[in-house]
Amino acid sequence: MTEIGLGHYLTLGAVIFSIGIIGIFLNRKNIIVILMSIELILLAVNINLVSFSIFLNDLSGQVFTLFILTVAAAEAAIGLAIIVVYYRNSGTIRVEEIDQLKG
Amino acid sequence: MIAHSIFFYFFSIIAIISAIMVTASKNTVHSVFFLILDFISISCLFIMIGAEFLGMIMLIVYVGAVAVLFLFVVMMLNVAQQKNQWFLSESSSRHIPMGLIISLIIFFELLIVVGGWKYKPDLVNSTNISINNDISNTHSLGQVLYTDYIHIFQISGMILLIAMIGAIVLTYRQREGVKKQSYLKQISRERSEGVEVLEVPSNKGVQIDD
Repeated sequence: MTEIGLGHYLTLGAVIFSIGIIGIFLNRKNIIVILMSIELILLAVNINLVSFSIFLNDLSGQVFTLFILTVAAAEAAIGLAIIVVYYRNSGTIRVEEIDQLKG
Repeated sequence: MIAHSIFFYFFSIIAIISAIMVTASKNTVHSVFFLILDFISISCLFIMIGAEFLGMIMLIVYVGAVAVLFLFVVMMLNVAQQKNQWFLSESSSRHIPMGLIISLIIFFELLIVVGGWKYKPDLVNSTNISINNDISNTHSLGQVLYTDYIHIFQISGMILLIAMIGAIVLTYRQREGVKKQSYLKQISRERSEGVEVLEVPSNKGVQIDD
């Protein structure tokens, strides 16, 4: 139990970022969980910005965290709208069955 | 200081476990619930570290709006029955080692950066906006947000507006057989197509087609 410093928060951010990447790669269920993994990645970025802002005594990091929050909310709304439209057209949002682009 | 460490480890362990459960849980509804738990514990960390305005905003925006939106879409699309099969199906199991390897490489790269990172001592002095401890966090953010960052603030408002319009345009659909009011049709009516003057012969009446 040493003193909690900047490195602890950055490590927490790195762990959550990696879990988000794992979620994107390994997900075989549906696209909604992939969107949730993207939210986890943005959360890790927010942790990094806020901890830098606090430990370096600079307020700019918190201001930019506010803007990242805005962009994350807009991205979730647009992504979920696209998913709803795709489900209405094709009847499925399983990752394996979405292969119309032959990627 | 010992209480700070205990609370940090408590909240961060909860955050990491719930982040793992978001990706690994079989049911999508459970994933959304663990996402909510993750957001709440991270916002507790923010409040504890001294960024209380961002912690509260995160509770409102993420838990109150984004996670509820996720939950709404999950329940609307009936994906709760689509069970998780990625450990069983052989077509997808070749993605698992590659994904694990790439994620571990990214994690160790981040750890190397964090472990070997030292900021220059004059970096702290080069900041324009230092945190003033005399006023509250919300007060100092408000002082900065509407003066120095006003253009970025307005651009983020435009992003939200465009996202709202895009979401409405994407999900809008014209339904058949629904009676609706058409303002253009109503205000562009003229007298000639609404009223007709007829010569009525006596004792015969007039035939109205309707």
